[in-house]
Amino acid sequence: MRELSTSGPGDTGMARRDFVTSGIVILAAGMAGLGGTGALVGCTQVALSDKSAVVADEAAEAGHWGLVIDVAKLNAEGNFGRIKAACHQKHNVPLIHDAKTEVKWIWAESFEHSFIDLENTYMNKSIKDLEFPMLCNHCENPVCVRVCPTQATFQRPDGIVDMDYHRCIGCRFCMTGCPFNARSLNFYDPRPYIGEVDPGYPTRTKGVVEKCNFCVERLKQGLAPYCVEESNGSFVFGDLDDPGSDVRKALETGFSIRRRVSLGTGPSVYYLVEGGEPDA
Amino acid sequence: MLEKALHGSWRYWLWMAFLLFLVGVGFFAYVRQFTYGLGLTGMSRDVTWGLYISQFTFLVGVAASGVMVAIPYYLHDFKTFGKIVILGEFLAVASIVMAVLFVFVDLGQPTRVLNVLLYPTPHSIMFWDICVLSGYLLLNIVIGWTVLGAEKKGFAPPRWTRVLTIVSIPWAISIHTVTAFLYAGIPGKDYWLTAIMAARFLSSAFASGPALLIIICLVLRRLSSFKVENSAVQALAKIVLYAFIVNVFFFILEVFTAFYSGVPGHQASLLYLFAGLDGHDNLVFFMWAATVLAFLGIVLLLVPKLRRNPVVLPIALLAVFAACWLDKGLGLILGGFVPNSFEGVVEYLPSANELMVVCGVFGLGMLIMSVLYKIVISVRRAHEGDAH
Repeated sequence: MRELSTSGPGDTGMARRDFVTSGIVILAAGMAGLGGTGALVGCTQVALSDKSAVVADEAAEAGHWGLVIDVAKLNAEGNFGRIKAACHQKHNVPLIHDAKTEVKWIWAESFEHSFIDLENTYMNKSIKDLEFPMLCNHCENPVCVRVCPTQATFQRPDGIVDMDYHRCIGCRFCMTGCPFNARSLNFYDPRPYIGEVDPGYPTRTKGVVEKCNFCVERLKQGLAPYCVEESNGSFVFGDLDDPGSDVRKALETGFSIRRRVSLGTGPSVYYLVEGGEPDA
Repeated sequence: MLEKALHGSWRYWLWMAFLLFLVGVGFFAYVRQFTYGLGLTGMSRDVTWGLYISQFTFLVGVAASGVMVAIPYYLHDFKTFGKIVILGEFLAVASIVMAVLFVFVDLGQPTRVLNVLLYPTPHSIMFWDICVLSGYLLLNIVIGWTVLGAEKKGFAPPRWTRVLTIVSIPWAISIHTVTAFLYAGIPGKDYWLTAIMAARFLSSAFASGPALLIIICLVLRRLSSFKVENSAVQALAKIVLYAFIVNVFFFILEVFTAFYSGVPGHQASLLYLFAGLDGHDNLVFFMWAATVLAFLGIVLLLVPKLRRNPVVLPIALLAVFAACWLDKGLGLILGGFVPNSFEGVVEYLPSANELMVVCGVFGLGMLIMSVLYKIVISVRRAHEGDAH
């Protein structure tokens, strides 16, 4: 597996190929009439690595990508808003203020709502008050993939449940099947609800379903997902099959839970509830 | 034979004009939905399927119910059903067309519908459903049309139609079984995750479909030259009765398991449907109405004197049909979405535009049924005229 790189705050370096890529993005954006804004966004997609710039250019690979969220640390940092904003902005997720038709890739819920079968009346208040990020669980046995009649939703060999927005017929069987409500339909044209279109990722059309994709477009460049990058270490991403990976090390540090395991879908998103960091 | 649908009384044309009007309304509403998106419906992130898919589910049942006439006639040589068996087949044709149309209008990207055939996906139940539904549609069109054509010429139908009718019997069972599997295999939707879902679907179908068929026959007896015999009506009414009792019995089994086990997930949807959940009780009235209608229907059909009464019988059948529709065409699908996976309750109310589309699809289905029935009646009248 290749090392994943994240660009920390204040880092400004740029890999050579990324510079070229940015140039192409600028060119493409210019031709598409998007002008300067597109170019600026293109420049912010900077790959950085503590080893060499070249590593970041090569796709990161894994046997089974997984995400570990240190919930206590995340809540202590209080930066979930930034994580969500980065994910939604970079993926052109429309901002719709209607709970029935909104589109969301990542959002927060309370323990009571996210772990419906673990919750109890006398639960420790500090747990009760925690915010738990919700996103696609990239299940090992994804119901959405099983029920999709066109394979528009499919599972990659590395475990990521990805989508082909051009093949989706909008039947919403995947939404009905997903036991995590992680999927959203574009009930109408989403483009008017996107503040500033990021040319790094396609916008969607009305009538198709979408969800978190574990930033497959970033992994291809050797970069960690946006949420991980913005999280200040509370989101750990890596290969669950590799005992030496960051996710496996993170899981060693404390008690972790997954949502609705009794359903057998095998979520790849783990929540470290306590003890992730000695001072958390 | 189609030309026979072009000659009719002013009453016939008025009826056709009304149906065409419904189709027009539905088409207009669908164009709006097509342009804007599914946001014009009452569906949401949480209630991802609404009236369209629940009507689809219910109509597949009506289509499958043709076997309740076909089995006695074709397998047991029960001649009494001889005159109505083709009405059952053509009712199936109209129902399947409506069912498929309801799936189509439910799609967010309808122009891509052929992706289902372009990328056949055996692990999706939807794929199998489309296969069995189109096969069943074809079977019924071919059988019905050929048998009717032979009848017109005064011949016995060709032998191969008999083979097809035998094939169509398990096929009918399969369409509703596969439709039940759309729901019964989804983890996390406890109201649907039940092994007797397909059995419930079939029993409900075998009550509601024949009930509708009898009602149609009774209407035709009043308005046309097609005179259904009382013996056929009574025999079919008994089938409705027993199928419906089995259906209610199956439902009570669900209630027992949910409430005796005390497992909250299994109770939640039933509580929502019959008592309301977290103050949300849109469907409570309808579910209790279904309960009252169900028991009314059973009592009226069970007592022979009442069942034979020409005024009571249609009321009993309408009660059964309405109860089945409220249970399967409304509560079953909508109730399955409550509560959502965060134990929240998001309710669904169909939009006006959505209701117009529903009317349009029903209008088109009834139009197809009326044309087919008109042909059947005209062929038979001409034939009887020759005989005399």
